[in-house]
Formats: sequence, structure tokens, C-alpha cells
Amino acid sequence: MFHRFANPARFSRIATRILPWSAAATIAMFIIGIYYALFASPADFQQGETVRIMYVHVPSAWISMACYTFIAVMSAIALIWKHPLADIAARSAAPLGVGFTLIVLITGSLWGKPTWGTWWVWDARLTSVLVLFFLYLGHIALTNAFDNPQRGARAAAVLALVGFVNIPIIKFSVDWWNTLHQPASVTRLDAPAIDPAILTPLLLMALAFTLYFFTMLLIRMRADLNGARARALRLSAAE
Amino acid sequence: MKRKHRRLMVVLTSLGLLGAAAALVLTAVEDSLVFFYTPSDLTKNTTPPETLFRLGGLVEEGSVRKDGATTYFNVTDLQKTISASYTGVLPDLFRPGQGVVAEGKLNPDGSFTATEVLAKHDETYMPKEVADALRKSGQWRDGSIIQ
Repeated sequence: MFHRFANPARFSRIATRILPWSAAATIAMFIIGIYYALFASPADFQQGETVRIMYVHVPSAWISMACYTFIAVMSAIALIWKHPLADIAARSAAPLGVGFTLIVLITGSLWGKPTWGTWWVWDARLTSVLVLFFLYLGHIALTNAFDNPQRGARAAAVLALVGFVNIPIIKFSVDWWNTLHQPASVTRLDAPAIDPAILTPLLLMALAFTLYFFTMLLIRMRADLNGARARALRLSAAE
Repeated sequence: MKRKHRRLMVVLTSLGLLGAAAALVLTAVEDSLVFFYTPSDLTKNTTPPETLFRLGGLVEEGSVRKDGATTYFNVTDLQKTISASYTGVLPDLFRPGQGVVAEGKLNPDGSFTATEVLAKHDETYMPKEVADALRKSGQWRDGSIIQ
């Protein structure tokens, strides 16, 4: 079933058709999300207005982990079934992952100072997210480290799969070990520990971030495909 | 077809082995992965005095006492309690009933002298009005919702 979308030419056509809609949806969701995050939601009973950092911090954290999982799945598909589009998807997503992980680390630091009293501690959650950041950088470096792009893609795919062990460690670090970071609030087996008034802007912003990620991924993948086509044309013209 | 399946098997087995290896390593080094010890942990694996470590738990209600720049408080995990002292500025979220992580040393008399105090907050978020309403109806004591 995925073979239908694995055809690069057809993918480009579909992406071009979807892009205006997903871009419009992203902008609309950001307007609604930011309005709820900054104006239409209350301050927290303990943290006060600082809680609003969560509306950027938590969605970025979710996307940074989801993006890595996406890269790992694409890498497995590229290694096993050799779909060229899977390699392109993985290498297009990696810089987005770097960006979101950087946002998590910076906003987390800004949030940590007023609430915990420190910018940074080496607890299991913070450290494993820093490792995720370096994994992304390593993935990008490996992709571009070889003259033959296919060898680079293979090496990066192996790294992505090996580094995938870090994702459950990030997710469950707060449950397995004592950390300064608090445990999960939303993805719990019982009801979320967040009041609906604060949960609403969080979920809206998460939707906006997801749409943004999707839109940027489509743009980057299409650009990558167009670049490859331009190179092929130049080569054939030079002959 | 055959090679595709072989590659699938190789990837799946490597991932399985890798996961198992990671799990073994993480269990082996568990002691250095915990960020703090609870008062109960201390009685279990007798930490010698004069070693720097982090103590975590709740600030016991009614135990906070100020003496100049020094604050005295009890750290409890509801089973064991250790009295602690800290000289310096406390984080805003330091309050009775809330989580705290203090770095410092154990004194020979069993009390704890902190050199750094961090506030640890829990995973509940709610507007002030909701917290006040819960307090009023008696479903809430500072720190946790009464189940």
C-alpha cells in the first residue's frame, strides 16, 4: 500500500497539492493556540504565569521524540526494503528534530530557573534529551560524511536505529529513576493531572506544532527530490 | 524476496539484542542514574557522613523554621524523616508539602546540611481558583489531592 506513495514523482505531485492546505492549517492552529496559551488560559496555582512556557516546551518535546521515531522507522524501511523515499524522509526530518530538541532544551532551561531554582541538572530526563540532541547532530553529520550519498544514508540509518534505544529511556526516565523533572502529566493511564483550562491550550499548541512539522517535512522532502532532479539534469546536459 | 526477509531479520534481532544490552547496562548503573536519595534509601544503604549527595522528598508541614538566613526544615518520604538546614536563598516553589531536592552532607548526628536546594514540583497543573475550591471543599491538602 505504501508503494503507491513511495514513487518520488507521485509523492512530489501529492505534496504540492497538500502543501497549501497544511500551511494554512498550521497558521490557523498557531493563531488559535497562541491566543489560548497567552490570553484565554489561567495562570497555574503554584507556578503562576511561568506555566505558559509549557505550551511551547511540551509540544516541542513530543515532536522531538516523534520525529526521532519517524526517522528510525524510515531508516528501517530504507535498510530493509531499500525505498529511496525513506532515506529522503529520514534526512529531511533530522534538521527539524534538531530544531525542536533545541527548543525543548532552551525553554526547559528558562522554565527550570524560576520553578526548580536551576538552569540545568544532570538528571536522567534532561541528560537523555541532551543525548537525543547529539544523536540528531550525529545523524546529520553521518548523512553528509561520505562522497557517495548512499553510503552516508546507510550509515546514518544504522545510527538512527541504534539511537532509538534512547527514546524509551527519555519517555520512562521519570518513572524508572528519581529525577528532578516531574513525571508525565498527560500520557497517564488514569486521567491527565492537568486541569482542562490548562490542558486545552497545550493540546491546541501540540496540534499546531504537529502541523508545522508535517508542512516543513513535505517542503524539505520536495526540495530534496527537486535538488536530485536538478543534479541529474545537469549531469545529462554536461554529457 | 529472500534477501529482503534476511535484512528484516537482521534488523529485528539487532534491535532486540541492543534493547536487552541497554536494559542490562541501565539496571547495572541504576545507582548513579537516580538524581536523589529518599530518606528511606538512606537508612537502607547507610551513606557515610561527609559524602556529598542529594536528598529528596517532601518538605514536612509545620517543620519550616527560619533563623536569620538559615532555614530549618524536615525532608520526609512519609515513612522516614530527616531534619535539614540550609543557609541561603530558597527557590520560589520551596514550601511546606512540596517536593524538594537538597544537595549536601549528612552530619554525624543524622541531620542534613544542604549546600543547594532545588524545588521539585509535581505533575498537577490547575488554575488558582480550582485549587482554592478544592481546598475549601476539603478534597485537597497542600501537596496532593486526597484520593
